[in-house]
Amino acid sequence: MNDNNGAIKKMMIILSKGTLENVYAAFVLANGARMEGIEAEIFFTFFGLEAIHKKKLEHLHVATVGNPALHMPTMLGGLPGMEALASLMMKREMEKIDMPDVHEFLEIMSASGVKLWACKLAMDMFHYKKEDMIDELEGVITVGDFYKKSEGEGVHMLFV
Amino acid sequence: MEKIIAGKTISVNEEGYLTDFNQWDKSVGEALANESNVVLTDRHWQVLNYLQQEHKNQVALSIRRVGKSGVVDIKEFYQLFPIAPLKTATKIAGIPKPASCI
Repeated sequence: MNDNNGAIKKMMIILSKGTLENVYAAFVLANGARMEGIEAEIFFTFFGLEAIHKKKLEHLHVATVGNPALHMPTMLGGLPGMEALASLMMKREMEKIDMPDVHEFLEIMSASGVKLWACKLAMDMFHYKKEDMIDELEGVITVGDFYKKSEGEGVHMLFV
Repeated sequence: MEKIIAGKTISVNEEGYLTDFNQWDKSVGEALANESNVVLTDRHWQVLNYLQQEHKNQVALSIRRVGKSGVVDIKEFYQLFPIAPLKTATKIAGIPKPASCI
């Protein structure tokens, strides 16, 4: 028998989406883990890669179409400029509650010891190079590498 | 509840945070640091003093704010208090646990 009492020791978070709300969810969870003394790593894949792409990370948007919680008619959400407007409004609210922007959040996580990994398959698919990504990136790895890093007791995996 | 810390009877909450800062002194801080396996250096004390000052000024503490304080950056904060820095440092400083998610 092992003597693990159910304590969470490490959070392995997979971020597959590039919408602002999903990116922030993954970042808050990873950073929050470190604040509690829990290790944390994020594996960025598919559209999640936009959050660590130097030229794209400043331009993430909230999804205004197919997002019923925004209480905006789908037809309206599809109009030009609506995503930018909704994103601007959300960013303003975030600033009010002392929430860092995406770039600063990445710096905070890196300084806090969150390990940031990019998915090799998705990097190849989008024709991204390591130099396109933020300097804080630990490396480009395969899904197999990610599983290997997830070994051990008290490790939890989360898909965003 | 009450607890004997550094030979003194101190009021603490269920998580071990002091409920009355007036009962805090350096020896209490040393004892609490010892419980958290932290060996206090001058750098630790500078950070602890800063946290106490912020608490006195009723500033809501967060990792982000500490990082921008000019007293310590986030990387060093984690080096000084490796496990849950904000929670551990505020406990040693004798001030309430910040209700912060960032």
